[in-house]
Amino acid sequence: MNLLEKLDAAAAARKALLPDGVGAFGIPIEEVYSATEARIGDRRVLLLGTNNYLGLTFAPECISAAHAAIDREGTGTTGSRMANGSYHGHRALEREFAEFYHCTSGIVFTTGYQANLGTISGLVGSGDTVLIDSDSHASIYDGCILSGADIVRFKHNDVADLEKRLRRLGDRVETTLVIAEGIYSMLGDQAPLADIVRLKKAYQCTLLLDEAHSLGVLGETGQGLVEKTGLLDEVDFITGTFSKSLCSIGGYCVSNHPQLEQLRYVSHPYIFTASPSPATIASTRAALELLRKGGHLRKQLWDNCTQLYERLKQSGYVVGPDPGPVIAAIVDTPQQALMLWRSLLEHNIYVNLILPPAAPEGKSLVRCSVNAAHTPEQMSYVGDVFSKLRDLVN
Amino acid sequence: MTDSKYDEIMQLLCDRLSSLTNTHIEITPETNLISQLSIDSIKLLNLIMEVEDAFDISIPINALADVQTVRELVDLIYKIKTTAK
Ligand SMILES: Cc1ncc(COP(=O)(O)O)c(C=O)c1O
Repeated sequence: MNLLEKLDAAAAARKALLPDGVGAFGIPIEEVYSATEARIGDRRVLLLGTNNYLGLTFAPECISAAHAAIDREGTGTTGSRMANGSYHGHRALEREFAEFYHCTSGIVFTTGYQANLGTISGLVGSGDTVLIDSDSHASIYDGCILSGADIVRFKHNDVADLEKRLRRLGDRVETTLVIAEGIYSMLGDQAPLADIVRLKKAYQCTLLLDEAHSLGVLGETGQGLVEKTGLLDEVDFITGTFSKSLCSIGGYCVSNHPQLEQLRYVSHPYIFTASPSPATIASTRAALELLRKGGHLRKQLWDNCTQLYERLKQSGYVVGPDPGPVIAAIVDTPQQALMLWRSLLEHNIYVNLILPPAAPEGKSLVRCSVNAAHTPEQMSYVGDVFSKLRDLVN
Repeated sequence: MTDSKYDEIMQLLCDRLSSLTNTHIEITPETNLISQLSIDSIKLLNLIMEVEDAFDISIPINALADVQTVRELVDLIYKIKTTAK
């Protein structure tokens, strides 16, 4: 099989899962009306498949900050921080993130994906070990592969399993990085952080927490799981993304270890890529301010999450273990998931379809992402439709 | 390499593979995990966790990059098991 034939084989496997050209992946969105509505084809749909957790995609403060930055500094930086310089906004946002987490250092990356790639590959290398949750996001897997460290997985959110694997490492724990996520993107469940911290202290390894989905969502000021659990000081490195609750593009790592600064000189995903554009930085800074003061948004978000999570459960769907902004209906087969996804779209509700192997344990998911801008009426409409479609996934 | 530990690993792996794949292909040391048994990457990673537990060892998943056949997987596990403290 030559290279192109291999791609053809992969395409055939994909088509076998998704018959008659169903465009479930990369669906064309023709117009975006608001944080909760858009046009797909000729339908005005309710957006329930975005990571816009605080509903800030159209926040006037962010839009005007981005406009002003474009007018002032142009559309792009046209190069990397290392070669082409750090704009005032890059440095200011790094200070603001560090201050937000009461940390001494912060680094901004061009995407959240690169934040994990750059941080992990900067922290560990050949001969070191990473111990990662089996449900880790691809950016964590890829960061580990890029690093050249030995990669060992532990069972998803299973503390006893993590401990067993730490024990087996023996003396190697000293150069071991444990990685977990605040909220997992597939089932919306949270890491058992207190137990992980207990193990980190007992075995004296290093801990990185990815708050991609929990930033803005958990904790009084929205720091994430570290704030909800009061364990901020126990986590060595926190990474996250601007692409979800902050509604732009980019990522960050913060830490109280001064050694974080060294990543700027060794981490390829930081060095060899263009820095975030002025508009991106400006809207992110404005959004971070809204996020910190966004207690009312978090309350609205959680009211919506609880309403939909309970409704799906009552209707007889199998859902993830914790309520939260990611609510996944777990079904047995890709066909059932596809049917449910399609019927929801026919009812003008756009959600995410997740098929194996992306979905855990061979299941398929119809995943909803709730946000603070959804109204209670929209939530009950979604609940009604799910309830009506329940028999599709028996 | 025909010591009993090696045979034990081979036996365990063949048993697990045949229950994982539900195929009627006879599994031999030369069987290719991907092209013949269609073991996808997630299944292989989960199998590795089981093997780690069965033999109380750590098998870094990056070491799997060079593994194609059942024998190569057994060799890897054997090597880790016999060099572990
Ligand atoms: C847990 C997690 N980490 C990192 C990322 C990468 O972030 P981004 O999409 O902003 O590059 C994502 C999202 O895609 C994610 O879900």
